[in-house]
Amino acid sequence: MRINPRYINRLVRMGLNVQAYFTVGILIIIVAIIFFKGFPHTNFAFILSFPEDMGREGGIFPSIVGTIQLALLSILLATPLGLGTAIFLTEYTKESLFTKFIRFGVESLAGIPSILYGLFGFIFFVIKLKMGWSLLAGVLTMTIMILPTIIRTSEEAIRAVPRQLRIVSYSLSASKWETIKKVVIPAAIPGILTGIMLSIGRAVGETAAIIFTMGSSLRLPLSLMDSGRTMAVHFYILAREGISMEKAYGTAVVLVLSILLINILAYYIMNKAIARYS
Amino acid sequence: MIDRTVLKEHLVKWVLVAFALSSLLFLFLIFIFILAEGLPLFLKVGVNKIIFGMKWAPTKGYFGIFPMIISSFLVTIGALIIGAPLGLSCAIYLSEYAGKRTKMLLKPAIELLAGIPSVVFGFLGVIYIVPLVRSYLGGSGFSLISTSLVLGVMILPTIISISFDALVSVPRTYREGSAAMGATKWQTIYKVIIPSAKSGILASFILGMGRAIGETMAVIMIAGNALKIPTSILDPLRTLTGNIALELAYATGDHRLGLFSTGVVLMVIIMILNYVANFGIKRKIAK
Repeated sequence: MRINPRYINRLVRMGLNVQAYFTVGILIIIVAIIFFKGFPHTNFAFILSFPEDMGREGGIFPSIVGTIQLALLSILLATPLGLGTAIFLTEYTKESLFTKFIRFGVESLAGIPSILYGLFGFIFFVIKLKMGWSLLAGVLTMTIMILPTIIRTSEEAIRAVPRQLRIVSYSLSASKWETIKKVVIPAAIPGILTGIMLSIGRAVGETAAIIFTMGSSLRLPLSLMDSGRTMAVHFYILAREGISMEKAYGTAVVLVLSILLINILAYYIMNKAIARYS
Repeated sequence: MIDRTVLKEHLVKWVLVAFALSSLLFLFLIFIFILAEGLPLFLKVGVNKIIFGMKWAPTKGYFGIFPMIISSFLVTIGALIIGAPLGLSCAIYLSEYAGKRTKMLLKPAIELLAGIPSVVFGFLGVIYIVPLVRSYLGGSGFSLISTSLVLGVMILPTIISISFDALVSVPRTYREGSAAMGATKWQTIYKVIIPSAKSGILASFILGMGRAIGETMAVIMIAGNALKIPTSILDPLRTLTGNIALELAYATGDHRLGLFSTGVVLMVIIMILNYVANFGIKRKIAK
C-alpha cells in the first residue's frame, strides 16, 4: 500500500515540531527547577554574607567577588588582544598563508576542552611560573580560553561595517589607523560587546579550568596572588561533597540567573547590531 | 611631521601583528607544556602499557588508561545517539518549517541552553537522572546511560547551530527545483536538502563528539568514575577527562605525569576530531 506523501509530510512536520519544543522544554525545565528549589534559600543576606563552616551556613559573598574579579580581569586582558587580532585579520592583510596560520591557531584554541586548559594553566602558571593557586593564574588561563570568542565576534562585527564608511574616512585624508580608531571600531562596537558579554558568561560558568588554577580557597581574594573560589567552583564543591543542598541550590540560582542575564544582554546587543546594517 | 604619522602607522601595524601571533603562541605553549609533562612517562613505561594497559594504579607504577579511552568513546557515542537525531530534527524544523516568530523564540532558547554551566547539568543529573535510572533500570544510577543522557542534551546546541547553518546554506534553487517536480516539503528535505547539507551535518555531529569527549565536570558528577570497562549501560565508568579532574589536585611525581599522559591522549583525540570536522565544514564552503 502506498501512503500519500502529503500525510507523511504532515506527520513529519508534527514530529519535528514536537522535538524542537522538547529542546526548549529542557531549557525551561532546567531553569524552573533551579529557581523553584533555590529561591527559598536566596536573599540579600545570602548574597552579602560570608560562608561559615565550609559553606554549610552563611552566604556566598567571597565567591561572587571572586567571580567578578576573574571575569573582569580576563576580559580586560583578552579584549585588546582579541580585538587587535581581529583588526589585523580584517584590515591589514589579505588572506594568505600567514592569516591561515593565525586562523588555525584561533580555531584550535576554540576546540580545546576546558580540562586541558586546566592542565596547562596548572603546570605553566601555577607550577612553572610559581604563581601558586591564585587569582592571577586563573585570570591568565581564562584569558586564553575566551580569546577565540572575542576574536571571532569582533572579526564578524568589523567585517559587517560598510565599506563606504572607510572610503569616506580615507577621502577626508584620515590615515588607516585613524580610520580604524574613529570610524570602524565605533561602528563595530555592538558586535564587539556581544563577544565580550558571551566571554563573561563563559568565565562565570567555567569550573574545570578554574579549580586547578585559581584554586578553591573560601577567603575573599584581596590580591592577584590570593587563591579564590568562583560561584561555579563553590557550587561544584557544595554539591559534590554534599556539604549543603540548600546552599548549593541557592548558589545555583545566583549563578544561572547571572549567566542568563549576561547572555540575554549579549543577544539583545547582537540583534540591535544586525538591525543596524541590514 | 609626515614621518611621525608614517611611523605611528607602522608601529600600530607591528603591534597588531604581535597581538595576532599571540593566539599561535598560546596554542604552542599549551602543546609544549602538556607534551613535555605527558610524554616522558610514555618513554619510561612504554606506549603500549599506557594506551592498552588495563590497570590504573599510578602510585604502584600502573598507568593503563585503556578502560578510560573506551569509556570516553562509549559516553560520546551514547551522547550522539541521544543528541544527534534530536539536534538534527531541531535544525531541520528551524531551517525549513519554523515561521519567523517561532525562530525568534527557538534560536535564543537554544543558545541560552549552550550557556548553562556544565556543573549545573551535572548537578541536575545527579539529583534527577541518576535516581530515575536507579529506580527504573537498576544499578547505582551512576552509569553510562545517565552520563550519555546528560551529555546528549549538552551537545544539542552545538549540533543544532552547525547543522542549521549547513541546511540554510543549501541554495534556494534546489528547493524550488524539487518543489517544481511536485515533491512535498518532506520529500524535498529528505531527498535534496539533507544530502546536499551532508558534510555540514556530519561536521556538527563530530564537533558534538568533541564537546562530549572533552566534557569534564558534569561527567565526574554522574559517571561513577569506576576504573573498569563498562559491560552494560548501567555500569559506572571513568573517562579520560574525569581521570584528570579527579586526581590532579593531589597527584605528585609520576602520578601527576600519568595525568598529563592522559591529557596527551585526550588532546590527540580532540585534534583528530576537530581536523575532520573542519574538513567537512570547509568542503561545504568550497562547494
